[in-house]
Amino acid sequence: MNDKLYKYLLMLGDNSMILGHRLSELCGHGPSLETDIALTNISLDLFGQVRNIFQYAAKLKGANTTEDSIAFLRTARQHHNCILLEQPNTDFAHVIIRQYLFDAFQKLQLENLCESADDQIAAIAAKSLKETNYHVRFSAEWCKRLGAGTSESNQKMQEALNHLYPFSFEFFEQNEIESEMYSKGIGPDLNRLKDIYFSQVKTLLSTAELNIPDSPARHTKGKSGIHSEYLGYILSDFQYMQRVYPNMQW
Amino acid sequence: MVVELNNIDKDILDALASVPDPEIPVINVIDLGVVRQVKKVNKQVFIDLTPTYTGCPAMDMMSVDIKKAIDALGYETFVKLVIKPAWSTDWISEEGRRKMEEYGIAPPLEENLDKRVLLDGESLVSCTHCQSTNTKMISQFGSTACKALFKCHDCLEPFDYFKCLK
Repeated sequence: MNDKLYKYLLMLGDNSMILGHRLSELCGHGPSLETDIALTNISLDLFGQVRNIFQYAAKLKGANTTEDSIAFLRTARQHHNCILLEQPNTDFAHVIIRQYLFDAFQKLQLENLCESADDQIAAIAAKSLKETNYHVRFSAEWCKRLGAGTSESNQKMQEALNHLYPFSFEFFEQNEIESEMYSKGIGPDLNRLKDIYFSQVKTLLSTAELNIPDSPARHTKGKSGIHSEYLGYILSDFQYMQRVYPNMQW
Repeated sequence: MVVELNNIDKDILDALASVPDPEIPVINVIDLGVVRQVKKVNKQVFIDLTPTYTGCPAMDMMSVDIKKAIDALGYETFVKLVIKPAWSTDWISEEGRRKMEEYGIAPPLEENLDKRVLLDGESLVSCTHCQSTNTKMISQFGSTACKALFKCHDCLEPFDYFKCLK
């Protein structure tokens, strides 16, 4: 059981960690000072949340496992994030669409995890949800502002949506571990969340004057460790210090 | 918010009250409401500390500062981070809110008013410089995750607002 719970925690944590890293790449490169600060603050929240998750995972694993060894010493195949989160910061439209598609999912997921049969997951979710409520406000506001903005901003947002929307289906491809977590009352029923999610997303996108793309869902296997080529580049950057100076500490 | 105290002497409380929030140095850890439990067993002191935001880099520093302040009284201090129940801005003391405002950070409004300000752009937050409520949010995220950035239309100065977290 502990092995499966451990893997489930990696699935929960890796989404936040990889997106947190992507956002940290924008530090000093945001389109304006305010958005730069906002995106890096969101990155910081995501890393805070992932630290809580990995500290718990390390405790389950025992032996010499620490939050840092989980974060810095796994290969790409041992990462379980959805592929949406590793997509690059192509432009601000891509950053905002990726963020909104994730925030809307994460808010739903955390609301459900607050009721988890696992007390520690419930506590982490309750704490994280307060922060995620602010994240989704930020990304939804920007979707509306840019989508219903000028014809140029609308076009850029629509292009980003066309590219990224098909990745959002992976959140709900319930795998064996997630099914088991649901049956034990630890995780949510992703099939049920799926309908709520897409109805919320459609409402927001229509306010933002953006069209839901008719391209089919991308069948991706990020959660089972099969990633796009982007993840390798992310990890070579993210893990650099631990790989070059093993066991170094701040 | 009431701190649970077990067998605690005044000197320990005074030591805690001397530890500032590194980001808002006019507020101490008691005023901020992050100290949840203090317990003394013989010469050992056990403290439960709760983070404001999960990623707040000030927490590690607060733990170290608390340990240093109480160790200096001749105790051995153990600080543990607890996340349940999650911290709320309601736990900031009245004294803490007052000091925060004097320092230039508008204290959090009630949750419903906070939403009207941050989502609907209403002018309800008082400027910390001139007390005018003719103010506008510039960014939902300010110099730290817990604050939003505002400007005042009357005195034209910028200021921080501590967001409501419940």
